[in-house]
Amino acid sequence: MVTAAVFFSHFAFRGLNKPLCRMLEFLKQPVVVTAEINVNLVALTVMGLVNRLWALSYPRAVVFDEVYYGQFVSLYMKRIFFVDDSGPPFGHMLLAFGGYLGGFDGNFLWNRIGAEYSMNVPVWSLRLLPALSGALCVPLAYQILVELHFSHCAAFGAALLILFENSLITQSRLMLLESVLIFFVLLAILSYLKFYNLQKCSPFTAGWWFWLLLTGVACSCAVGVKYMGLFTYMLLLAIAGVHSWHLIGDQTLSNVSVLCHLLARGLALVVIPVAMYLSFFYVHLTLLYRSGPHDQIMTSAFQASLEGGLARITQGQPLEVAYGSQITLRNVLGKPMPCWLHSHKNTYPIRYENGRGSSHQQQVTCYPFKDVNNWWIVKDPGMQQLVVSNPPRPVRHGHIVQLVHGITTRYLNTHDVAAPLSPHSQEISCYVDYNISMPAQSLWRVEIVNRESDTDVWKTILSEVRFVHVNTSAVLKLSGASLPEWGYRQLEIIGEKLSKGYHQSMLWNVEEHRYGKSQEQKEREVELHSPTQADISKNLSFMARFTELQWKILTLKNEDTEHKYSSSPLDWITMDTNIAYWFHPISGAQIHLIGNVLTWASANVATLVYVCLFLWYLLRRRRKICDIPEDAWGLWVSAGGLCVGGWAVNYLPFFMMEKTLFLYHYLPALTFQILLIPVVLQHLTDHLCRSQLRKSVFSALMVAWFSSIYLVYRTFSPLTYGEPTLSAAELRALRWKESWDILIRKQ
Amino acid sequence: MPCEGTRLRFPPCPTARTPFPLVLCAVGPGRRRLPRVGARMTLAARCRQAESGPRCGGLRQRRPRRPAGEPSRPSPPPRAWAPLEARVGVGVWAPLASVTLLSFASRFYRLSEPPHVCWDETHFGKMGSYYINRTFFFDVHPPLGKMLIGLAGYLSGYDGTFPFQKPGDRYEHHNYIGMRGFCAFLGSCLVPFCYLTVLELSKSLSAALLAASILIFDTGCITLSQYILLDPILMFFLMGAVLSMVKYNSCADRPFSTPWWFWLSLTGVNLAGAIGVKFVGLFVVLLVGLNTVYDLWELLGDLSLSLVALGKHLLARVFCLILLPLALYTAQFAVHFAVLNKSGPGDGFFSSAFQSRLIGNNLHNVSVPEHLAYGSVITMKNLRMAGGYLHSHWHLYPEGVGARQQQVTAYLHKDLNNLWVIKKHDSNTDHLDPSHSVEFVRHGDVIRLEHKETSRNLHSHQQEAPMTRKHFQVTGYGINGTGDANDFWRIEVVGRKAGKRIKVLRSQIRLTHLATGCILGSSGKTLPKWGWEQVEVTCTPYVKETPNALWNVEDHINPKLPNISLDVLKPSFPEILLESHMVMIRGNSGLKPKENEVTSKPWHWPINYQGLRFSGVNETDYRVYLLGNPVVWWLNLVTIGLYLLMVTCAIVAMKRGVQLTAELKELFEVLLHSGGKIMLGWLLHYLPFFMMGRVLYFHHYFPAMLFSSMLTGITWDTLLKFFAGCLSCFVGRRVYTYGMLALMLLIVYSFYLFHPLSYGMVGPMASDPNSPMTGLRWLESWEF
Repeated sequence: MVTAAVFFSHFAFRGLNKPLCRMLEFLKQPVVVTAEINVNLVALTVMGLVNRLWALSYPRAVVFDEVYYGQFVSLYMKRIFFVDDSGPPFGHMLLAFGGYLGGFDGNFLWNRIGAEYSMNVPVWSLRLLPALSGALCVPLAYQILVELHFSHCAAFGAALLILFENSLITQSRLMLLESVLIFFVLLAILSYLKFYNLQKCSPFTAGWWFWLLLTGVACSCAVGVKYMGLFTYMLLLAIAGVHSWHLIGDQTLSNVSVLCHLLARGLALVVIPVAMYLSFFYVHLTLLYRSGPHDQIMTSAFQASLEGGLARITQGQPLEVAYGSQITLRNVLGKPMPCWLHSHKNTYPIRYENGRGSSHQQQVTCYPFKDVNNWWIVKDPGMQQLVVSNPPRPVRHGHIVQLVHGITTRYLNTHDVAAPLSPHSQEISCYVDYNISMPAQSLWRVEIVNRESDTDVWKTILSEVRFVHVNTSAVLKLSGASLPEWGYRQLEIIGEKLSKGYHQSMLWNVEEHRYGKSQEQKEREVELHSPTQADISKNLSFMARFTELQWKILTLKNEDTEHKYSSSPLDWITMDTNIAYWFHPISGAQIHLIGNVLTWASANVATLVYVCLFLWYLLRRRRKICDIPEDAWGLWVSAGGLCVGGWAVNYLPFFMMEKTLFLYHYLPALTFQILLIPVVLQHLTDHLCRSQLRKSVFSALMVAWFSSIYLVYRTFSPLTYGEPTLSAAELRALRWKESWDILIRKQ
Repeated sequence: MPCEGTRLRFPPCPTARTPFPLVLCAVGPGRRRLPRVGARMTLAARCRQAESGPRCGGLRQRRPRRPAGEPSRPSPPPRAWAPLEARVGVGVWAPLASVTLLSFASRFYRLSEPPHVCWDETHFGKMGSYYINRTFFFDVHPPLGKMLIGLAGYLSGYDGTFPFQKPGDRYEHHNYIGMRGFCAFLGSCLVPFCYLTVLELSKSLSAALLAASILIFDTGCITLSQYILLDPILMFFLMGAVLSMVKYNSCADRPFSTPWWFWLSLTGVNLAGAIGVKFVGLFVVLLVGLNTVYDLWELLGDLSLSLVALGKHLLARVFCLILLPLALYTAQFAVHFAVLNKSGPGDGFFSSAFQSRLIGNNLHNVSVPEHLAYGSVITMKNLRMAGGYLHSHWHLYPEGVGARQQQVTAYLHKDLNNLWVIKKHDSNTDHLDPSHSVEFVRHGDVIRLEHKETSRNLHSHQQEAPMTRKHFQVTGYGINGTGDANDFWRIEVVGRKAGKRIKVLRSQIRLTHLATGCILGSSGKTLPKWGWEQVEVTCTPYVKETPNALWNVEDHINPKLPNISLDVLKPSFPEILLESHMVMIRGNSGLKPKENEVTSKPWHWPINYQGLRFSGVNETDYRVYLLGNPVVWWLNLVTIGLYLLMVTCAIVAMKRGVQLTAELKELFEVLLHSGGKIMLGWLLHYLPFFMMGRVLYFHHYFPAMLFSSMLTGITWDTLLKFFAGCLSCFVGRRVYTYGMLALMLLIVYSFYLFHPLSYGMVGPMASDPNSPMTGLRWLESWEF
């Protein structure tokens, strides 16, 4: 508590800010340190901490999404690489940092919500960081309202509303990321406001720089925790843009100083966030150097840069593919799953189910597992030998090759026969000579797509290659469909005749590679079964790895998982839904994400009142009728722009998202909406309650309203904290809305 | 004659502030004499003087200073480019006529080639035929475009018999020129519209000519206008709306005059046309809407206008831009439904009530047994918009999706698998046996529904439904009608009392599962491939009165009951209007790209990355390839960057309080306001595509391309005027004229190079050195 008090108090140092040349003069005067302590702030912080940290390690069981974030914490502890499409790594890293402080070794199986934590899991420290951020949101809300030039009373009200918001409490007491996100978002807003208020009197001072830089840092942290932070970042950029525009119009400033101002903002609000964002990934990739469960999603080159896994196999492979090389070919797109070009003894059925015929030649598929049948040999069409000559003759861009399937020694072939599932494309087969009028067409041109020059050599792992059929100019492609039973549910490979530009499904790269040595089929089979020898490692630059990982995070699509507690954005405003986070199987104690109904309703009313009043004033001002003084109008616009704007940017985009949405996605927007309540209330008291009587009535109403908010908070706190356990009747009484899903055990 | 020197001295840039006295200066023997003037003396005045020859020396001339803050707008000072502009007043028709002529010539040239179905003609030609044959069909676009195509075909003597089966089918003796000609006519009108719009916005003839020539000589616009497609019709209405919006804006000084009303209401008409062709027309509605809001905002700030006058303005706009288009749009649908009165391929997408309107549909003038009885064979249709029939088939739910029992889905089309038999829950007797007496089903009865083809019972249990996890799974269960207690359902009619009989079509039925208390419903979600992409059917435990959980009986077969002709509920017009919109929206969102399919991305379009094959693949074919003229498109692209740069410079200069001459101010005005409107149009017609999940094609960019071309005209005109203003009048005029000429020649030459793209290529591909297109395949992604 003492630390908190010091943290939030204002220090005024006297005598310290003298120029350098007079450094020693301060010795002549006594050093006086005056500390101003804002008791409001201290009290709020203490209350926030108590409220969020109380009995933090209860329940000692996996609650809701802890099961999701927990697995990443464990992977961090074990330094194993993973890809999470839900967001950038900074949030996961913060949670993992909590685990690191608590000495977590990562050994816990995160498989089920409600599972008891074993003794080695430091529950308290894992949940500490989110809880701290949640607690600090309370004083931040206070500070923001003060910086917006509202009264301390209004600011105190805003902080209390945040303090007694059940949903925010639930979300911050668990190992989840929303409270961290909200903390950084509020911090960014606060520091921008501080910076803006300093702008008028003292630009380019230390304090000015500090708050400006802190804005950028907090923004990048918010974005780094969840991509949702981007919305607030954009809002701040827009506000900063408007303010800079006013600055440009300020003709008392010289051109040079305007330029300096703009450059400083550009540095702090654009360059630094980008750099910070990159640094999160740098730390992420440095920490996670071992191969793990998500390797397969990444390209071969990326996998080769991880310790273990593919790197162990590919180390020491020859780099340049030569005639006679034995290779496995991986599809670069790898959707719907990563797979390798494959063939096996079985042939295509003579007739498919729908009556179309096939060539009845050997099947060529894409197979999602490592297999000896994935090996192919690169052959020079002009020569018979299947071994690498000495010195090896490398294959270059534009060369024409034949691909021989290692185990069956048949040639990769395509012809004018419709593919099994994609009738508009050609069938790919391994050629079987049935002695009928169907000649072998097994010549393929190698086109290296990511070449630097036209004479580039085909490289293992690094080169992305298209195989263009010489006779028909069809391109070898993974269609994404999976074959029926006769094809063992493997993926279909086709020859795309009308290749419309480049698509990753047409690109292949060599993953495993060795120089073939044995001409005899028997020896070669042994050779194919033997593991490749080892020795060089491929080092990918950080930027290449970052780009790939970022791209995968953004494009990775999970199967659309419908969730029992998913909801639509329209349900959020009125809180028509809740989420049951945890349920004790014996006692029936439960934790729900459920908000303070009164606060939510008041916030909605406040938004409505704000928008109506704003439009009213705006239209009247256009007709030159000013209802409120100019400075009050400025205050009204800036506070509303921030709060309503923050609410809108954090809420409206969800209507366009197609992913599974939950109530907790609304919490950042809700925070902004709550900040609006005191803004509207103070405006109403100041400008609409003219007489003293009305003012007193209004204050009395205020007190009653605050007390009822506290009451609602107390009523729902058993569902927020998970204790005390309620009886079925009490639970039924808490079901204020029909649509709420409160778990009542059958007697 | 006083002279300052023998060397030619250019007058200072018009931004200079000091006024100079008019001094004539001798330039040297044989040269023309240039008057030297200051900034107050505008460049144009100088030029006119230069043209009229040297004045007598010593004449001092200063324009009187205007008092600051003069309320009335100063009359526009003549400019350096005045001679070019002088034609605006006099020969306004000559350039317009020549532009129109060129446009028509380029669009109608080789219109009948190729004489086979090209690309999407297979859809829109077919739909035109449907109108001629009056058969009902379903399409994701509103009807106006196809109706006009049908009308054009009808008027030109096409009889609607050509099947339009697939691209490449030869027309033979069928008359297709009428429909193509109609589209080409509308496509040709784009050019004069664009010309007039730019002329109105910039008041500069050369800007208008530049924009028009870009459209005339763009291979993409030509190709897109030459076939039976919706795009020329859409773009016609879109440009029409923009033109009339611009016109009514420039009538703003004479509100409520006849031209003002004319253009305002014409805007509304065109808006209705634009959305009536494709929903993309909404973007132009948005553009006009934003423009009107801005307009009203300006009027609101004008304190000389009384509130009553303001109200009149508001009402006029509400009437012309909201009510009128809405009425016209509705009228289109009224015509659509009136014309298409025969049953056709689109029936199954609509509700039973809707189908009963269509001649030839089995529900039209239907005569069926009125009351449900045990043993009746029925089909049940879900009451939600575009809901399907309750359906089952010989396929099981895959492993991991609930119990491995037979699938029950909702299916949009009529099918034998939609038939169900109503049976008593406790007996398996054959009610159709003549020895039994007829027993009617009554509200509140417990029944069993047996699937006719597979003899399985409609069944539900406490397993998760495949998509909506909160609901229970519905399956087909049992062998030959023998199942378990989970096959029992209580049948109820909404708003009726117990014991009443249940009516075909009119009764809204709810089926409650007896064991779990859940209600049979259709969630509207599409099942994955294993469910043949049919719609999910679930049993919802949440008792809600939504149409999702209500059904009606559509077909009803019971030989033991007398058929009664039912005067079925004829749906009212608003009902069918609403229903057809719901069906269209669902259809549009269903057009999703398949996995691993190469699709066109919005960022490809402005860089002309890849075109579309309209006809022909092989060397011997007559090949037409939809691709923009690359020179024009890249010029457009560069111009957008240039425009943004110029605007930034202009507004920063103004914000920093740089003193500008009246001339520059006027240039900026055109750049900011006129250019801004066009830029907004481009953004509105381009950016939304980045957020669309449906399949996109290259031709979706063409509306945006129209705006981009107009912007090019305005921007280059302004830029050249700016440079001309900085130089002396003589050089300035040269720069301006030659600059414009060079741009136009460039466009014409590039059209000469690329014209085979639209007028057809035969012979070897571009990769062959003998082809006429050799060396023109500048991007590897172009396929010609």
